[in-house]
Amino acid sequence: MKGNEAIGEAAIRAGCRYYFGYPITPQNELTAYMSKRMEEVGGVFIQAESELAAINMVYGASAAGGRAMTSSSSPGISLKQEGISYMVGAELPGVVVNICRGGPGLGNIAPSQSDYFQATRGGGHGDYYTIVLSPSSVQESADLVFLAFYLADKYRNPVIILGDGFLGQMLEPVEFKNPAFGRLPRKRWALTGAKERPPNVIRSLYLKEGVLEKRNWELSKKYERMKKEVRYEGIYLDDAEFIVVAYGICARISKASVLLLRAHGLKVGLIRPITLWPFPSGVIKEVRDKIKRFFVIEMNLGQMVEDVKLAVEGRTSVSFYGRPGGGVPTPEEIYKVIKDGKGYF
Amino acid sequence: MEKAIFKRPESLYETPFHYCPGCGHGIIHRLIAEVIDEFGIRERTIGTAPVGCAVLNYDYFNFDVCECAHGRTPAVATGIKRVRPKSVVFSYQGDGDLAAIGIAEIIHTALRSERITAIFVNNCVYGMTGGQMAPTTLLNQKTQTTPFGRDPKKAGFPLRVCELLATLDGATYIARTALNNPKNVLKTRESIKKAFLTQIEDVGFSLVEILSPCPVNWKLSPVDSIKWMKERMIPYFPLGEFKTPFAK
Amino acid sequence: MGRPFQVIIDKERCKGCGLCINFCPLNLLVISNEINKRGFHYATVRDNNRCKGCAQCAIICPDVAIEIYR
Ligand SMILES: Cc1ncc(C[n+]2csc(CCOP(=O)(O)OP(=O)(O)O)c2C)c(N)n1
Ligand code: SF4
Ligand code: SF4
Repeated sequence: MKGNEAIGEAAIRAGCRYYFGYPITPQNELTAYMSKRMEEVGGVFIQAESELAAINMVYGASAAGGRAMTSSSSPGISLKQEGISYMVGAELPGVVVNICRGGPGLGNIAPSQSDYFQATRGGGHGDYYTIVLSPSSVQESADLVFLAFYLADKYRNPVIILGDGFLGQMLEPVEFKNPAFGRLPRKRWALTGAKERPPNVIRSLYLKEGVLEKRNWELSKKYERMKKEVRYEGIYLDDAEFIVVAYGICARISKASVLLLRAHGLKVGLIRPITLWPFPSGVIKEVRDKIKRFFVIEMNLGQMVEDVKLAVEGRTSVSFYGRPGGGVPTPEEIYKVIKDGKGYF
Repeated sequence: MEKAIFKRPESLYETPFHYCPGCGHGIIHRLIAEVIDEFGIRERTIGTAPVGCAVLNYDYFNFDVCECAHGRTPAVATGIKRVRPKSVVFSYQGDGDLAAIGIAEIIHTALRSERITAIFVNNCVYGMTGGQMAPTTLLNQKTQTTPFGRDPKKAGFPLRVCELLATLDGATYIARTALNNPKNVLKTRESIKKAFLTQIEDVGFSLVEILSPCPVNWKLSPVDSIKWMKERMIPYFPLGEFKTPFAK
Repeated sequence: MGRPFQVIIDKERCKGCGLCINFCPLNLLVISNEINKRGFHYATVRDNNRCKGCAQCAIICPDVAIEIYR
């Protein structure tokens, strides 16, 4: 199954019955898949008039208590930032998939990781975070969709799945395991009609002096709780002298390089963040003192490397190697970077 | 026993409105609440609050309300309605919200014939932000951003929303009314009723454009404002039903 | 003639916009010399006994400040 379709099927199996999209390459398979499957399962599919409309339909559907989702690629995700910010402000769950492509501007349709900053720093206006999940295979794309819906409901916050064109187009076998998560509370806040209860209001406006400040402090406590959801994969960390940090498809390519380097006797390990926010700083802090150098590999000009540096806190060296604008590094390329012991900076 | 001839509808809280003296938003809130009471649908109504002077309408409406981003109200209402098809969902929008930043949303919501009702408050101006030009600002009308009067060569022409939407197949009930005298207020109420009915009976998309005074930003007294409506606004924005599923 | 109509103006809600005064066909309403808590000269009924209960004042009132009983 194609990565994009696997995301769609997993969403349906996770109980998502409301999908709102707008065409953009390289995620079109997902929108097309949803148009067919929503019909079959009696759900709602709308091809919206824009990404602005699509995310605001998600906002409305979520406000009414539905499990809703939208997907797009970088330029469309820029437009969705408005709605994502409002969803965070109004504490509405929802899943937003970004099958990232090259930018800035119209960029290109090649796979890219150029939206890392946008995804992990809130992305829209205001002062907030969303959980960002980064799959590195078709199987994991599906798995993380189940998790995304669960976490979105658990924290009443949108969750971002940050993929790329490579993953979206990739064909791989996939098994849909609907994992048993914890129980979720009832959505008593949802707009269902004020029957036998006082009216519910979904809002993010707090004009009275000090009220928004207080509320944002409360939200910050929620972000702190969300940090417990950190996930990563670590390989060869026990004896590693060098560590590659990479995520998504880049991590998958880097893994091949790490195996090659190991075969040549270099003690290299790999840390693959699965949650980009919360960032797995903990594991980096644990190992940093025995590591000679971290190599951060990204398909951009160097974004996650800043998080790695924040976690390393200057205790050891951090090098970066990246391919912006749709370039995809090969395992040999990464192998060479590490073998030669240098990145771009 | 005392009999009430005229009384506050139950779908409105007692909280006094924060609107300026003579503002039309208060009348419109009351009319919506009256219609909801009359249909007995308060417990299944979901309203929206737009970015604009009516952003706090949930302080007055005694039913569920969803605040929306500027102009996105019809998209949000679409999302709500698709999840709760049995609810009665309405968007409440100013002319900046509906006719400028949200014009795409309202057109496509009408094209999809979403079973929602749009209450469109046309006061020829951006109220909340201090009286800038709206898409509906009349020619020669002075606003904060058309200090010499709206000049079509520089600022374009006013938009007639009902006429535009009436060309769309998905638009089912489209009417324009005004709040310039009690008779027209009652007609507005009738139109709101028909619009809600269009939704309740699952016939299609409905919109009522209500010409509404904004004395503060027109820099007129409330009484002069309603005269201005008659002399200037109504000639440019003719009243009536542009589309209706009901027999006339 | 049945019972008289009673126009009750909630003076604290009234903002003195004058629309009710403008539309009362019998000119029964006036702006008070007094001000309410929010600082508005509010509308008040001059002569309740003559009111014919047409509700024009209440219908146009932007602040739901007027209720009419009989
Ligand atoms: C995206 C965005 N742009 C601009 C604004 C600022 N803004 C607030 S209200 C408003 C216009 C309101 O005018 P209208 O919709 O006519 O409603 P009114 O206040 O007249 O009732 C604008 C531009 C905003 N809140 N969000
Ligand atoms: S600015 Fe205009 S629209 Fe806004 S409350 Fe005042 S009168 Fe009403
Ligand atoms: S009900 Fe009619 S007659 Fe009586 S005060 Fe109001 S407008 Fe005048």
